[in-house]
Amino acid sequence: MSTASDFMGDELSPAERRILKREKRMSRITRATGPLTAIGLGWSVPVMKIAAGDDARSNLRALWQSLIVPLIGIVAFLAAWAALAPQVQTSLGTVPGPVQVWQQVGSLYDDYQRGRQDRVAFYERQEARNTKLVEQGMADRVKSRSYTGAPTYPEQILTSLKTVFLGFVLATIIAIPVGIACGLSATINGALNPLIQIFKPVSPLAWLPIVTMIVSALYVNASDAVPKSMVVSAITVTLCSLWPTLINTALGVASIDKDLVNVGKVLQLPTHKTITKLVLPSAMPLIFTGLRLSLGVGWMVLIAAEMLAQNPGLGKFVWDEFQNGSSDSLARIIVAVITIGIVGFMLDRIMAALQTAFTFTSNR
Amino acid sequence: MASIIAVSRRTLLGCTGAFAVLAASPASAGMLPVEKDELTFGFIKLTDMAPLAIAKEMHFFEDEGLYVTIEPQANWKVLLDRTITGELDGAHMLAGQPLAATIGYGTKAHIVTPLSMDLNGNGITVSNDVWAEMKTHIPAGPDGKPEHPISAAALAPVVEQYRSAGKTFNMGMVFPVSTHNYELRYWLAAGGLNPGYYSPSDTSGQIDAEVLLSVTPPPQMPATLEAGTIQGYCVGEPWNQQAVFKGIGVPVITDYEIWKDNPEKVFGMTAAFVEENPNTAIAVTKALIRAGQWLDADGGANRRQAVEILSRPEYVGADPEVIANSMTGTFEYEKGDTREAPHFNVFFDKFATYPFYSDAVWYLTQMRRWGQISEEKSDAWYAETAASVYRPDIYRKAAESLVEDGYLDPSAVPDTDGYKPATAEFIDGVEYEGRKPNEYLAKFEIGLKGSEDVASVVSN
Repeated sequence: MSTASDFMGDELSPAERRILKREKRMSRITRATGPLTAIGLGWSVPVMKIAAGDDARSNLRALWQSLIVPLIGIVAFLAAWAALAPQVQTSLGTVPGPVQVWQQVGSLYDDYQRGRQDRVAFYERQEARNTKLVEQGMADRVKSRSYTGAPTYPEQILTSLKTVFLGFVLATIIAIPVGIACGLSATINGALNPLIQIFKPVSPLAWLPIVTMIVSALYVNASDAVPKSMVVSAITVTLCSLWPTLINTALGVASIDKDLVNVGKVLQLPTHKTITKLVLPSAMPLIFTGLRLSLGVGWMVLIAAEMLAQNPGLGKFVWDEFQNGSSDSLARIIVAVITIGIVGFMLDRIMAALQTAFTFTSNR
Repeated sequence: MASIIAVSRRTLLGCTGAFAVLAASPASAGMLPVEKDELTFGFIKLTDMAPLAIAKEMHFFEDEGLYVTIEPQANWKVLLDRTITGELDGAHMLAGQPLAATIGYGTKAHIVTPLSMDLNGNGITVSNDVWAEMKTHIPAGPDGKPEHPISAAALAPVVEQYRSAGKTFNMGMVFPVSTHNYELRYWLAAGGLNPGYYSPSDTSGQIDAEVLLSVTPPPQMPATLEAGTIQGYCVGEPWNQQAVFKGIGVPVITDYEIWKDNPEKVFGMTAAFVEENPNTAIAVTKALIRAGQWLDADGGANRRQAVEILSRPEYVGADPEVIANSMTGTFEYEKGDTREAPHFNVFFDKFATYPFYSDAVWYLTQMRRWGQISEEKSDAWYAETAASVYRPDIYRKAAESLVEDGYLDPSAVPDTDGYKPATAEFIDGVEYEGRKPNEYLAKFEIGLKGSEDVASVVSN
């Protein structure tokens, strides 16, 4: 933002220049507030304002609200957990406290290191074998195969993310066009509504056997990049997470401002132009709300689906740890729970940031 | 994504370290030209999946030119289904699974097995309350400890108590065609208790039962025992020793005491896979025989290392002390009552890896005894079914190849037509002759025999 004083050249005194600079900094910070809040760094705004020289007291209060209070909440929760956990005895030992869970994070990291070493050793052995075969004149039997070890924890997180992304994209591709159709035409809405209401409450675990059978029958030559278990989990995620997007899209489309619809009629816009120029932009906020809800639901459903579909992600990690029944198992399962929560939170924040970037709301 | 990393790693490691490892790699002249070298095998987290873990960790699979990924499965049904659909190329299976699948009990599919993975390895555990009652009916041995083997006759009064109080006495096992189911039923029937029948219309297995048996996945058994949903279970390790460690139950008998050196797990593959990939099947069998041999080498010298490998979370994952409690020559019954059990797990000795037809026939007889096979079958039918599922021909080819390479002593391959000699080493002393299944069935008081069906034996 430029002020008239920008054009006034160097007749300013150093004090006035300082005030100008501060105003510029403040305006930049204010502009950045929106995006920063969207990605969860809203608490840094009061800090920056204080550094820029703004009034300390009101900013300290804002800082207290946005940073200190949540931190106190988290610390209080950790303290309560550490105090109450040893009181509960299960057949797998006492419920682990924060310290044991942290130790398991270290143990998972060690496992990851071990996995990397195994991978290196595997390729070394393969090289040695191939070199020997070439020496013995059997160069046609030389093979290069990828590592066959168990997936490490970061790889499992990545598999879960890939699967949820696949399922979510499928859900979006189905839900948005159907939602737009439902919103624009009362007939289609009337026809589809009963089906939507009936299939919406179905749990992923109920869909799983049906999806497994159908995928096993139809997806015959499974590729290594997209194995059957991933497809089964992704489709289960789709079936459970497409409803929020669908319903919100239909709602958003149906509640376009009537004036805009009339403008479209006056201009005799063709359907595809109506959709891209009128419908989508004004329904965007609700569509994004639906997408955020869908992603949240999809992430929850994924963990359950993975446990039974055997997709090598976080869900399978939890199930395998439960099956292990070792004294570390509960702590590792809690690590997985916290990981699932953090990843879900980050996914939601990304969607929120995308939402602020792509939509125009009356309140900035 | 893995293949991208693979390429860069391969080019990176092209020269480094390769020659140091050269000296250690064995002769590749014995490597068969396998049809499919990237394989995925499934297993359930029980200690007797050890041959698979060892074959992988000791690189026996790689020596045969096989690149094997082994994955834990959620439960026995998922494992069987995924093998049938081809997602898994082979799996660690219960001895009854290939048989039941081939005859059509459950999902029908022709599954064959060229190798028995181990002998023994199961135990029956009861809850602390039940044990306290049982103990009063068990005579003490000369050392003051309960005399073993403990017959189910000591359990009978406890079951009576429950039933007269109007409660049901429940026990768990892992799968309807599991070795655990048949061993538990054998033990109960030997003590005079009726474990129930199956019929074509009622597959619960609880018809006319005094003890109700139901399926529980192994990892959930300790929890259900603690909760009181079941009063006992029959399962493999580490779940019996887990009960002792957690103080929630007491193992009363191992399957070694029910039937000495009984066949337990097998390695199953679909018949189609074996037909399309004969060399691969032989190569897999070779690697697993070597793994079994390693596990039993020098009277168990390698067992400690095996325990360390199995305790990794990607294999069995239980605490090493719990696994070691049954795999290193002893077995703990009541807390503190540890007894010698050098044959609790047998992976290679006593021809443990050879797929004997008589073992298959025994499981078929038990399926008939409890009604899973609902009609009378001729002795020839038992022999034919066993011959279609058990493949000692593949085993022999694998063993010959190993003998040639010098990894196997020729004396380790049995000279047999597939039928072990008649044996009476059962807890009730009934003699079993593999060639005469119907005669065998007629020797039991409890159980279907001859042309009986469930309706005719159910007491009203």
